[in-house]
Amino acid sequence: MPEPLKFTYDINGENFASAGEASMQIKKELRSLGFDPQTIRRVSIAMYEGEINMVIHAGGGVAEVLVSPDSIEIILTDHGPGIPDIDLAMQEGYSTAPDTIRSIGFGAGMGLPNMKKYTDEMVIESHVQKGTRVFMRFDVK
Amino acid sequence: MTVSELAKAVGLQVISMPSPDTVIECGYAGDLLSWVMGNAQQGCAWMTIMTNRNIIAVAELIDMACVIVTEGSDIPDDVAALAKEKEINLLATELPTYEMCVQVSRLI
Repeated sequence: MPEPLKFTYDINGENFASAGEASMQIKKELRSLGFDPQTIRRVSIAMYEGEINMVIHAGGGVAEVLVSPDSIEIILTDHGPGIPDIDLAMQEGYSTAPDTIRSIGFGAGMGLPNMKKYTDEMVIESHVQKGTRVFMRFDVK
Repeated sequence: MTVSELAKAVGLQVISMPSPDTVIECGYAGDLLSWVMGNAQQGCAWMTIMTNRNIIAVAELIDMACVIVTEGSDIPDDVAALAKEKEINLLATELPTYEMCVQVSRLI
Protein backbone atom coordinates (compact mmCIF):
# COMPACT_ATOMS: atom_id res chain seq x y z
CA MET A 1 0.00 0.00 0.00
CA PRO A 2 1.45 3.40 -0.92
CA GLU A 3 2.35 5.94 1.74
CA PRO A 4 -0.39 8.54 2.30
CA LEU A 5 0.19 12.01 0.90
CA LYS A 6 0.99 14.39 3.73
CA PHE A 7 0.20 18.10 3.87
CA THR A 8 1.21 20.31 6.79
CA TYR A 9 -0.13 23.79 7.48
CA ASP A 10 0.81 26.35 10.11
CA ILE A 11 -2.32 28.03 11.37
CA ASN A 12 -1.52 31.64 12.18
CA GLY A 13 -3.16 32.60 15.45
CA GLU A 14 -2.54 36.31 15.06
CA ASN A 15 -4.76 36.86 12.09
CA PHE A 16 -8.39 35.85 12.38
CA ALA A 17 -9.16 37.30 8.97
CA SER A 18 -6.88 34.82 7.22
CA ALA A 19 -8.35 31.79 9.03
CA GLY A 20 -9.54 29.39 6.40
CA GLU A 21 -6.50 29.51 4.13
CA ALA A 22 -5.45 25.96 5.02
CA SER A 23 -8.98 24.61 4.47
CA MET A 24 -9.09 26.23 1.04
CA GLN A 25 -5.71 24.73 0.19
CA ILE A 26 -6.75 21.24 1.22
CA LYS A 27 -10.03 21.62 -0.65
CA LYS A 28 -8.06 22.42 -3.83
CA GLU A 29 -5.66 19.51 -3.27
CA LEU A 30 -8.51 17.03 -2.76
CA ARG A 31 -10.32 18.35 -5.80
CA SER A 32 -7.25 17.97 -7.98
CA LEU A 33 -6.76 14.44 -6.61
CA GLY A 34 -10.27 13.61 -7.84
CA PHE A 35 -12.12 13.00 -4.55
CA ASP A 36 -15.92 13.18 -4.68
CA PRO A 37 -17.60 16.51 -3.77
CA GLN A 38 -19.29 15.13 -0.64
CA THR A 39 -15.99 13.96 0.84
CA ILE A 40 -14.33 17.26 -0.05
CA ARG A 41 -17.16 19.15 1.63
CA ARG A 42 -16.95 17.11 4.85
CA VAL A 43 -13.17 17.42 5.09
CA SER A 44 -12.96 21.11 4.27
CA ILE A 45 -15.78 22.20 6.61
CA ALA A 46 -14.36 20.17 9.51
CA MET A 47 -10.90 21.56 8.79
CA TYR A 48 -12.25 25.13 8.66
CA GLU A 49 -14.05 24.73 11.99
CA GLY A 50 -10.84 23.32 13.46
CA GLU A 51 -8.81 26.21 12.10
CA ILE A 52 -11.27 28.73 13.52
CA ASN A 53 -11.12 27.01 16.90
CA MET A 54 -7.34 27.12 16.99
CA VAL A 55 -7.32 30.81 16.07
CA ILE A 56 -10.05 31.79 18.57
CA HIS A 57 -8.91 29.73 21.52
CA ALA A 58 -5.31 28.63 21.15
CA GLY A 59 -3.32 31.31 19.33
CA GLY A 60 -2.92 29.07 16.29
CA GLY A 61 -1.39 25.65 15.79
CA VAL A 62 -0.48 23.06 13.21
CA ALA A 63 -2.73 21.03 10.91
CA GLU A 64 -1.47 17.81 9.36
CA VAL A 65 -3.52 16.12 6.68
CA LEU A 66 -2.85 12.55 5.55
CA VAL A 67 -4.54 11.59 2.32
CA SER A 68 -5.03 7.99 1.20
CA PRO A 69 -7.41 6.75 -1.48
CA ASP A 70 -9.81 5.26 1.08
CA SER A 71 -9.47 7.66 4.01
CA ILE A 72 -8.36 11.14 4.96
CA GLU A 73 -7.00 11.97 8.40
CA ILE A 74 -6.53 15.39 9.96
CA ILE A 75 -4.51 16.02 13.10
CA LEU A 76 -4.83 19.47 14.65
CA THR A 77 -2.32 20.30 17.36
CA ASP A 78 -2.15 23.45 19.44
CA HIS A 79 -0.45 24.66 22.60
CA GLY A 80 -3.39 26.68 23.86
CA PRO A 81 -5.17 26.61 27.22
CA GLY A 82 -6.68 23.14 26.70
CA ILE A 83 -10.29 22.04 27.18
CA PRO A 84 -11.16 21.34 30.85
CA ASP A 85 -14.38 19.42 30.09
CA ILE A 86 -14.48 17.84 26.63
CA ASP A 87 -18.04 16.45 27.02
CA LEU A 88 -19.29 19.94 27.81
CA ALA A 89 -17.36 21.43 24.87
CA MET A 90 -18.98 18.86 22.57
CA GLN A 91 -22.51 20.03 23.47
CA GLU A 92 -24.21 22.07 20.78
CA GLY A 93 -24.57 25.67 21.90
CA TYR A 94 -21.83 25.55 24.55
CA SER A 95 -19.14 28.12 23.82
CA THR A 96 -16.45 30.05 25.64
CA ALA A 97 -15.76 32.37 22.70
CA PRO A 98 -15.67 36.08 23.56
CA ASP A 99 -18.28 38.58 22.34
CA THR A 100 -15.91 39.92 19.66
CA ILE A 101 -15.97 36.49 18.04
CA ARG A 102 -19.74 36.15 18.40
CA SER A 103 -20.25 39.50 16.74
CA ILE A 104 -18.69 38.19 13.54
CA GLY A 105 -20.88 35.11 13.43
CA PHE A 106 -18.80 32.50 15.24
CA GLY A 107 -18.92 31.29 18.82
CA ALA A 108 -22.35 29.69 18.53
CA GLY A 109 -21.08 26.47 20.08
CA MET A 110 -21.41 24.60 16.79
CA GLY A 111 -17.76 24.11 15.86
CA LEU A 112 -16.87 20.84 17.60
CA PRO A 113 -20.34 19.29 17.04
CA ASN A 114 -20.06 20.18 13.33
CA MET A 115 -16.62 18.58 13.15
CA LYS A 116 -17.92 15.42 14.83
CA LYS A 117 -20.89 15.31 12.47
CA TYR A 118 -18.66 15.26 9.40
CA THR A 119 -16.13 12.71 10.62
CA ASP A 120 -16.24 8.93 10.87
CA GLU A 121 -14.00 9.13 13.93
CA MET A 122 -12.98 12.09 16.06
CA VAL A 123 -10.76 11.90 19.14
CA ILE A 124 -9.90 14.91 21.29
CA GLU A 125 -7.00 14.79 23.72
CA SER A 126 -6.54 17.86 25.82
CA HIS A 127 -4.47 18.93 28.79
CA VAL A 128 -5.24 22.16 30.59
CA GLN A 129 -2.45 24.73 30.19
CA LYS A 130 -0.67 22.45 27.70
CA GLY A 131 -2.81 22.18 24.62
CA THR A 132 -5.17 20.15 22.53
CA ARG A 133 -4.86 17.51 19.83
CA VAL A 134 -7.83 16.70 17.62
CA PHE A 135 -7.73 13.60 15.41
CA MET A 136 -10.35 13.29 12.68
CA ARG A 137 -10.80 10.48 10.19
CA PHE A 138 -13.00 10.60 7.11
CA ASP A 139 -13.71 7.35 5.27
CA VAL A 140 -14.00 7.78 1.54
CA LYS A 141 -17.25 6.15 0.47
CA MET B 1 -32.21 31.48 -12.81
CA THR B 2 -28.65 32.75 -13.02
CA VAL B 3 -26.97 35.10 -10.57
CA SER B 4 -26.93 37.98 -13.06
CA GLU B 5 -30.61 37.45 -13.91
CA LEU B 6 -31.52 37.57 -10.22
CA ALA B 7 -29.39 40.68 -9.70
CA LYS B 8 -31.18 42.40 -12.55
CA ALA B 9 -34.68 41.24 -11.59
CA VAL B 10 -34.40 42.42 -7.98
CA GLY B 11 -32.12 45.39 -8.64
CA LEU B 12 -29.27 44.09 -6.48
CA GLN B 13 -26.07 46.04 -6.10
CA VAL B 14 -23.22 44.08 -7.65
CA ILE B 15 -20.09 44.09 -5.48
CA SER B 16 -18.34 41.21 -7.26
CA MET B 17 -19.73 39.02 -10.04
CA PRO B 18 -17.00 36.94 -11.67
CA SER B 19 -19.47 34.15 -12.50
CA PRO B 20 -22.70 35.84 -13.68
CA ASP B 21 -23.99 32.70 -15.41
CA THR B 22 -23.89 30.46 -12.34
CA VAL B 23 -27.34 28.96 -11.80
CA ILE B 24 -28.98 29.49 -8.41
CA GLU B 25 -30.35 26.15 -7.28
CA CYS B 26 -31.75 27.05 -3.88
CA GLY B 27 -31.68 29.66 -1.13
CA TYR B 28 -30.36 29.79 2.41
CA ALA B 29 -30.57 32.47 5.10
CA GLY B 30 -28.53 32.70 8.28
CA ASP B 31 -25.90 34.68 10.16
CA LEU B 32 -24.26 32.07 12.39
CA LEU B 33 -21.43 30.97 10.17
CA SER B 34 -20.99 27.47 11.63
CA TRP B 35 -24.70 26.87 11.29
CA VAL B 36 -24.64 28.06 7.70
CA MET B 37 -21.65 25.86 6.91
CA GLY B 38 -23.40 22.86 8.42
CA ASN B 39 -26.67 23.33 6.57
CA ALA B 40 -26.40 25.44 3.40
CA GLN B 41 -26.34 23.57 0.11
CA GLN B 42 -23.96 23.88 -2.80
CA GLY B 43 -25.30 26.23 -5.49
CA CYS B 44 -27.42 28.27 -3.09
CA ALA B 45 -27.98 32.00 -2.85
CA TRP B 46 -27.06 32.87 0.75
CA MET B 47 -28.81 35.78 2.44
CA THR B 48 -26.96 37.24 5.43
CA ILE B 49 -26.32 40.49 7.30
CA MET B 50 -22.77 39.37 8.11
CA THR B 51 -20.08 41.27 6.22
CA ASN B 52 -16.73 40.14 7.62
CA ARG B 53 -14.08 38.35 5.58
CA ASN B 54 -15.16 34.93 6.84
CA ILE B 55 -18.36 35.05 4.74
CA ILE B 56 -16.16 34.77 1.66
CA ALA B 57 -14.45 31.67 3.07
CA VAL B 58 -17.84 30.11 3.88
CA ALA B 59 -19.14 30.82 0.36
CA GLU B 60 -15.99 29.32 -1.13
CA LEU B 61 -16.10 26.21 1.06
CA ILE B 62 -19.74 25.47 0.25
CA ASP B 63 -19.49 26.40 -3.45
CA MET B 64 -22.42 28.78 -3.16
CA ALA B 65 -23.86 30.45 -6.25
CA CYS B 66 -23.74 33.86 -4.56
CA VAL B 67 -23.81 35.75 -1.27
CA ILE B 68 -26.48 38.44 -0.91
CA VAL B 69 -25.81 40.90 1.90
CA THR B 70 -29.22 42.17 3.03
CA GLU B 71 -30.68 45.03 5.08
CA GLY B 72 -28.16 47.54 3.71
CA SER B 73 -25.42 46.02 5.86
CA ASP B 74 -22.17 47.88 5.17
CA ILE B 75 -19.58 45.85 3.24
CA PRO B 76 -15.98 46.82 4.05
CA ASP B 77 -13.68 47.48 1.08
CA ASP B 78 -11.35 44.63 2.01
CA VAL B 79 -14.24 42.15 1.94
CA ALA B 80 -15.32 43.41 -1.51
CA ALA B 81 -11.71 43.03 -2.68
CA LEU B 82 -11.47 39.53 -1.20
CA ALA B 83 -14.67 38.47 -3.00
CA LYS B 84 -13.10 39.56 -6.30
CA GLU B 85 -9.82 37.84 -5.50
CA LYS B 86 -11.53 34.57 -4.53
CA GLU B 87 -13.99 34.86 -7.45
CA ILE B 88 -17.09 34.85 -5.25
CA ASN B 89 -20.34 36.44 -6.48
CA LEU B 90 -21.18 39.08 -3.85
CA LEU B 91 -24.36 41.15 -4.12
CA ALA B 92 -26.06 43.63 -1.82
CA THR B 93 -29.54 44.96 -1.16
CA GLU B 94 -31.44 47.25 1.19
CA LEU B 95 -34.21 44.63 1.39
CA PRO B 96 -34.73 42.86 4.71
CA THR B 97 -33.53 39.25 4.71
CA TYR B 98 -37.06 37.88 4.69
CA GLU B 99 -38.12 40.03 1.72
CA MET B 100 -35.00 38.98 -0.19
CA CYS B 101 -35.76 35.31 0.54
CA VAL B 102 -39.27 35.80 -0.82
CA GLN B 103 -37.80 37.22 -4.03
CA VAL B 104 -35.38 34.30 -4.39
CA SER B 105 -38.16 31.80 -3.75
CA ARG B 106 -40.41 33.51 -6.29
CA LEU B 107 -37.81 33.87 -9.02
CA ILE B 108 -35.48 30.87 -9.08
